[in-house]
Amino acid sequence: MTPASQPLLSVENLTVTFPGESGRVPVVDGVAFAIGRGETLALVGESGSGKSITALALMRLIPKPGRIEPGSRIRFAGRDVLEMDVPEIRAFRGADVAMIFQEPMTSLNPVVPVGAQVAEAVRLHEPVSMAAARARALETFALVGIPDPQQRLDAYPHQLSGGLKQRVMIAMALAMRPKLLVADEPTTALDATIRAQILAVIRDVARRTGTAVLIITHDFGVVNEVADRVAVMYAGQIVEEGTRHELLRAPRHPYTQGLLRSIPRPEARGGRLEEIKGIVPRPGHWPQGCRFHPRCPYVFARCREQWPVRRSVSATQGAWCHLLDEEAAP
Amino acid sequence: MAAFLLRRVAYGALTILGVLLLLFVLFFAVTDPDDIARKAVGERARPEVYQQWKKNHGYDRPLFLNRAHDAGSLARYTDTLLYEHFRTMLTFDFGRSDADDSPIGERLWQGAGPSLSLTLPLFLIELVVAVAIGLMVAFFRETAIDRVVLVACIFTMSVASLLYIIAGQYVVGILLKWFPISGYDGDGTVVWRFLALPVLVGVVSGFGSDVRLYRTIFVEEMGRDYVRTARAKGAGDARVMVGHVLRNALIPIITNVVVAIPFLFTGSLLLESFFGIPGLGAMTVEAIQGNDFATLRVMVYLGALLFILGQILTDLSYALADPRVRLS
Amino acid sequence: MTMLQNLLVLTLLLGAGLVVRAAARDRFWRETAREMWRRRPVAIVVVGLYLLVGLADSISWVGGAVEGDPMSGFRARSLVDRLFVPEAFKEASYSAPFAKTAFYGGAPLQHPGQHWLGTDLLGRDVVYRALKGVRVALLIGGLTTLVVIPVALLFGVSAGYFGRRVDDAVFFLMTVLSSVPPLLLLIALIMVLGKGTIQVCVALGITGWVHFCRLSRGESLKLRETDYVAAARVLGVSDLTIIRRHILPNMAHLIIITFALTFTSMVLSETVLSYLGIGLEGSWGQMIDQARNELSRTPVIWWNLFAAASLLFVLVLCVNLIADALRDVMDPRTRTEAR
Repeated sequence: MTPASQPLLSVENLTVTFPGESGRVPVVDGVAFAIGRGETLALVGESGSGKSITALALMRLIPKPGRIEPGSRIRFAGRDVLEMDVPEIRAFRGADVAMIFQEPMTSLNPVVPVGAQVAEAVRLHEPVSMAAARARALETFALVGIPDPQQRLDAYPHQLSGGLKQRVMIAMALAMRPKLLVADEPTTALDATIRAQILAVIRDVARRTGTAVLIITHDFGVVNEVADRVAVMYAGQIVEEGTRHELLRAPRHPYTQGLLRSIPRPEARGGRLEEIKGIVPRPGHWPQGCRFHPRCPYVFARCREQWPVRRSVSATQGAWCHLLDEEAAP
Repeated sequence: MAAFLLRRVAYGALTILGVLLLLFVLFFAVTDPDDIARKAVGERARPEVYQQWKKNHGYDRPLFLNRAHDAGSLARYTDTLLYEHFRTMLTFDFGRSDADDSPIGERLWQGAGPSLSLTLPLFLIELVVAVAIGLMVAFFRETAIDRVVLVACIFTMSVASLLYIIAGQYVVGILLKWFPISGYDGDGTVVWRFLALPVLVGVVSGFGSDVRLYRTIFVEEMGRDYVRTARAKGAGDARVMVGHVLRNALIPIITNVVVAIPFLFTGSLLLESFFGIPGLGAMTVEAIQGNDFATLRVMVYLGALLFILGQILTDLSYALADPRVRLS
Repeated sequence: MTMLQNLLVLTLLLGAGLVVRAAARDRFWRETAREMWRRRPVAIVVVGLYLLVGLADSISWVGGAVEGDPMSGFRARSLVDRLFVPEAFKEASYSAPFAKTAFYGGAPLQHPGQHWLGTDLLGRDVVYRALKGVRVALLIGGLTTLVVIPVALLFGVSAGYFGRRVDDAVFFLMTVLSSVPPLLLLIALIMVLGKGTIQVCVALGITGWVHFCRLSRGESLKLRETDYVAAARVLGVSDLTIIRRHILPNMAHLIIITFALTFTSMVLSETVLSYLGIGLEGSWGQMIDQARNELSRTPVIWWNLFAAASLLFVLVLCVNLIADALRDVMDPRTRTEAR
């Protein structure tokens, strides 16, 4: 499943726990995936699936009292992220991996001009002068397509539109030309018209700079726009992965199928909206066996008892579902 | 923004008028000028003495309508206590003390210096200490340090300031003999010795509630998204706390602090009177103990005036500190 | 007069009983009480003790003369008075705690070893005087606050909920009153009204009213904009009912915490007033003020100050601790149910 060359990012058995009513509860449970250089992976799931926490874990930004459990492995460009000491992880953040968040409104410091914030991203990693950092910021502003970049350097966040703010966030993230950009629902808080623009910016910039992208989303439209590969998360676990083409055309996991079916289509006007029956279980209250089984239209006995293991469907596609037990190659 | 400030100043002026009215009601309507005269001159003087005293101190007019003048003449309304009260207060013509006839205005000038020499260092030191401790406990929130400091704050807040002064004077002044327990020598090089103890007592008695307030502000800022962004950029703890959290938290802190600035002038009643510092606070205490209503009236008026000034200053500094307000 | 006081105390007790019964029926209050008991049992017990003493000192009647004091049969004496029998339990002047002889001179005491915290200048037992101060403190803090809060609520909620003219008027009133430094206003009020118990309480009430009024105004303004209030108005629910059912219950936590904080601030303010000579008779502030000079003597006379200061400190500390825990327990952000 992983690209032939050494992957840029390799995550294995990632488990993140939070304190619950009785002991610690895993919110991300044994997740594994990889991203190759310059590749864009979309991590798809509903709210509560654990996808945002997965993204935060990559940079060790899990808020207390959350904890990455021992046994998890995150390797980036050959280095063990979880073993890094504090100065290393700080040098790592922003320079090797950078992250942009969902709410550009609150993610920028309201009392500092945006140019200075981007310059800070540079000066945290390189001993350059303020002027040099500003020049870099200007350069990156142009890279993400901010009009009138010179003017905008001294603007405050509240003076910019949502789309512009998000471009600033992207610029800030890319200022040190990281190898991986993590984007946590970057377009969810934006107007529909701006959404396409920002996705285009991400896609173009990634292509031009060769940056790998991990994009977190719940929207398959976003997947279609930018992703090379897709991984679907449910209840803290990955349930299916594959190329964009494979997953959008022929998903094998009932959950993915349900998600795609529930996207309203103009041709189907007048009919009922499709839904996946039931609700997402809360962390710690997961059903036995396959976590999706209570909502699955194809459930049978084994689903209630055993966790499914990954079954390959092709060289690049795989799903965690008992339906594939007979068909798949081991 | 200019329009906003103008509105604030206008409202402030209106408030001053309201305060003056309140003071009038308190000091003239509820209190009988005869009583004041009696307290000043003594119980057994002849009626003419009272009358003369009242005349000297401007108490011999009727409250708000002087029927001695013809209806329709201006003097009917201006030759009254109400008018005189407003006029003198608004023109800062403070007259003389009821107790010892000294000119109030002059004594105000004399007292301002010593008051400032106490309250200014106290204010600055307390601010720095409370912000530093608040920042520290916010950073260490939920840990043992945080809990210990919080409980310590509740403890220090629960002690009456009177007790701090007494204890301070006793322990530091008498037992340890580090500083003199009271007195004031205005000479610049020596005066700090007299100020050290009151400033220390003032800081200890006040910082408890401030630390808790600042801690709350800091913790709230620390939970904001831009802090997460800063960490994601690779910023270390120091940079995050000072460059981001403090910078933003300054806005509500300033609101809290600037209001107090005008009070630097009126001084602290307790500290000054206990430690023998001849400032405006001590003047007020004397006025209370001497039933000097005239001085008391002026002190209360000044306090209100300075407070309203403080509010306007706060709005101004808020606008300067927060670009969102400044640039709208 | 004492009959009136006794009746007042009885009505207070009855009122408190009714409130507790009504609260016990509601799950939220039961859980809050349980949680509070879990966190601060000691503070709650201590405050309870204070309340008991204050109560005991508030119930008084005439009768039962005491040996050695012919007037005692005609004076109303409270439970505390009867327990300590101060008229008989006196000495000539100062004596140290548990002492057998007088502090100055060394003459043998009338009740050697029985004065746990010694006696004061007039020979009165210090423990007795300190306990008498409990009622005064509860009066200043508790009673005054009990009166201030409904009045402030009335003004504040009206201002916040009804807005516009009402709000303008109340806001202006609040601004004027709060512009005067509270201590100065307090002093001015007392100078003007006189130095009796009621006057001091009224003065404290007037200065303490503004803070809570502003708080309740702010909260009602916020709550007025919530969806459920908007829904209620659309449904045609009367304003009074909305206030009763939606606004006030959501301010309950604020009310209780403010009660505790106002209580402590008033009790502490009174000590300053006592220093200035305009405090309440028999209060700890007065005892502290009187005891100040005793510290400079050698050997030092410390027990007067110690008794008043510790009783004051412990009460304020416990109330502060309770208020602090209350704030954590009742924080609407940690509650999961809407009301």
